[in-house]
Amino acid sequence: MSKNAIIAGLAVFVIVALFPFWFNIGRTNAAPEVELSAKAKAAKQCVLDKYDMRANHMSLLDDWRDTVVRDSKRVYKAANGKTFNMSLSTGEDSCMGCHVDKEKFCDKCHNYASVNPYCWECHTDPKEVTQ
Amino acid sequence: MKTIKENLLKKSSRRGFLKVAGISAVAIGAAPAIKAVSVASGGGADSLPVKTANGESLTAKRWGMVIDTNKITDEVVESVIAACRNAHNIPDFNHTPDEEKYPKTRPANKNQEIKWIWEEHYKHAFPEMEDEFIAEKFKSLPFLVTCNHCKNAPCVQACPTKATFKREDGIVIMDFHRCIGCRFCMAACPYGSRSFNFRDARPFIDKINPDFPVRSKGVVEKCNLCAERLERGEQPACVEASEGAIVVGDLEDPSSEIRGLLNENYAIRRKQELGTESSVYYIM
Repeated sequence: MSKNAIIAGLAVFVIVALFPFWFNIGRTNAAPEVELSAKAKAAKQCVLDKYDMRANHMSLLDDWRDTVVRDSKRVYKAANGKTFNMSLSTGEDSCMGCHVDKEKFCDKCHNYASVNPYCWECHTDPKEVTQ
Repeated sequence: MKTIKENLLKKSSRRGFLKVAGISAVAIGAAPAIKAVSVASGGGADSLPVKTANGESLTAKRWGMVIDTNKITDEVVESVIAACRNAHNIPDFNHTPDEEKYPKTRPANKNQEIKWIWEEHYKHAFPEMEDEFIAEKFKSLPFLVTCNHCKNAPCVQACPTKATFKREDGIVIMDFHRCIGCRFCMAACPYGSRSFNFRDARPFIDKINPDFPVRSKGVVEKCNLCAERLERGEQPACVEASEGAIVVGDLEDPSSEIRGLLNENYAIRRKQELGTESSVYYIM
């Protein structure tokens, strides 16, 4: 008697539960490629190597900010021998000094991964100043 | 099976086997020690990152400030405050926001102003020293007051997240990242040197200085004795703009300029009776 109702209910449940899957069929959700600025391309090497940087840049930045604010050390000599200014947005050898375009570099992945770091509430996007 | 056994018996004695086994055991046991020694002696040192201070940075055992009240005029006050404002992106609530960039900015509440260094009357700066027949000049003289970078800083003790802390060189500084905006430090500071950001400061900053971050809403801020400038080997912004009225230096170094000034002149500190051991002296 209630067999049909149960089957119908189950079918509805399965369809709803699988919503994210069938909804995204046929859409292109490829991971974005970051666009490196000319300066970053020319430099070839970042602080860590590419994959390490991709996975661990947040821990590196966290470590940097503690070192700068608490130990007042600002110069970072990386394992690859390059020296950096331990700063997100100030100076030529800081992060933004090389990766000049926030939208094409930071935001591209952050938007895709739906992470909203609050860096820019305080730190200045170089473009913000020139505008 | 038989052949292996026979081979062993034929080619090696028990004595030989024990020798080989012993040497192998020592080798396995010593491997970590050998590795550690080779790293310590520089074998792998170039693969570790090194963090250092800037070579030309100014350092001190305990930073202090001397303000010569005889040299403070209204013009000096104005330029000092402006220099500090520009150096640290401090909002000016008298500034009219740019309509295009920041549309619909609600008007500023002047009670919420942000102060790092500001002008104060003698009777407010030194309330306990308001003597009955004090020299007439003190009633009108402008005084510059700022964070006193106390030796026993009450704000540092009050901060529950260690966002405010005392550096080894005596500067009381904030890690804005850690501040949760509880404002305990503001209640603790007897000098009113701390300000809370009730709103986004950007619309009220005339020109953003990219060398220093802006603060976000919900964060407390205060004078940092230009720690970022000292590290670049520059004098604090207020010192540069003060035409010699403000001197910053090492209080613990008897041969420093600031100690010389304190030796030659009568200087007082704000609210000394509280035991905060302020590092800012006023030459009277």
